[in-house]
Amino acid sequence: MITLNHYLIVSGILFSLGLAGVIARRNILIIFMCLEMMLSAANLALVAFSRFNLTQGLPDYTAQALVFFTITVAAAEVAVGLAIIVALFRTKQSVEVEAVTKLQG
Amino acid sequence: MPPLLFYLFALITLGFGLNVVIARNPVTSALSLAVSFVGLAALFLSLDAYFIGTLQVLVYAGAVMVLFLFIIMLMDIKSEVLGGKANIAAIAAGVLVAAILALQVATISNQLPHSQDTTETASLNLSDAAKSWEARGKQNLPTISRDLKEGTLPDAKLMGETLFSKYAFHLQLVGLLLLVGTVGVVALSKRDKEVSPS
Repeated sequence: MITLNHYLIVSGILFSLGLAGVIARRNILIIFMCLEMMLSAANLALVAFSRFNLTQGLPDYTAQALVFFTITVAAAEVAVGLAIIVALFRTKQSVEVEAVTKLQG
Repeated sequence: MPPLLFYLFALITLGFGLNVVIARNPVTSALSLAVSFVGLAALFLSLDAYFIGTLQVLVYAGAVMVLFLFIIMLMDIKSEVLGGKANIAAIAAGVLVAAILALQVATISNQLPHSQDTTETASLNLSDAAKSWEARGKQNLPTISRDLKEGTLPDAKLMGETLFSKYAFHLQLVGLLLLVGTVGVVALSKRDKEVSPS
């Protein structure tokens, strides 16, 4: 039977995959995709908690409202982040993180 | 949802999620992420969150991933060369940190409240919900209590009721954020004509 645990473990593994990608990959675009994956993993945990924390026989819609806001903020974040990556690509002609060392002084 | 379907969609989500991390070609990563999000949307549907599942497909798999693909193809990025210097330290750190995190989740997950509930034992009680909804007096929305009495879950309606009553102010803040984001993107991607003639 599928319990809340199953959903949480799927969410945890998905988050870990995203974290590993953020740390190990060098392509900024893929790091950004892995960030999106981590946000989605958090969303899965929230929705699972909302479904199992029943209030008067209904799922807890406070958590789902939070998921709605997360998705909206993630969409705004993707737009701004991709614009920054395009600006970076114009000046450096590269999307590798090693190319961006100007802040190191 | 039958256990078999849960495992199928969890496998799709995690398998394509792994492919995002290990693929060398960014286009492969982006398409894998889109498939992974569709699998995740199916998991949302299995949790009776139909509105969030739809949103996941529309916003993530639709809009966000198309934006990613546009940018990847616009910049014409070549996939990483095979046999290039692999950053062993970063890969080891990534795997290690991720493994520690997964271990932590696995350890605490058994001690949470409701952790052994299944969607069958913790089933939705729509007739109870209909009664408590009708007892709300002025705040009772007839369309929601009608749906609850008929035994269907008015997921999108309840979501809208939550967003537009309890979180109306936050919703407007998010709208402002989107506006600022849009203006910011336009400002960022505008070339300065006076500064750099090259």
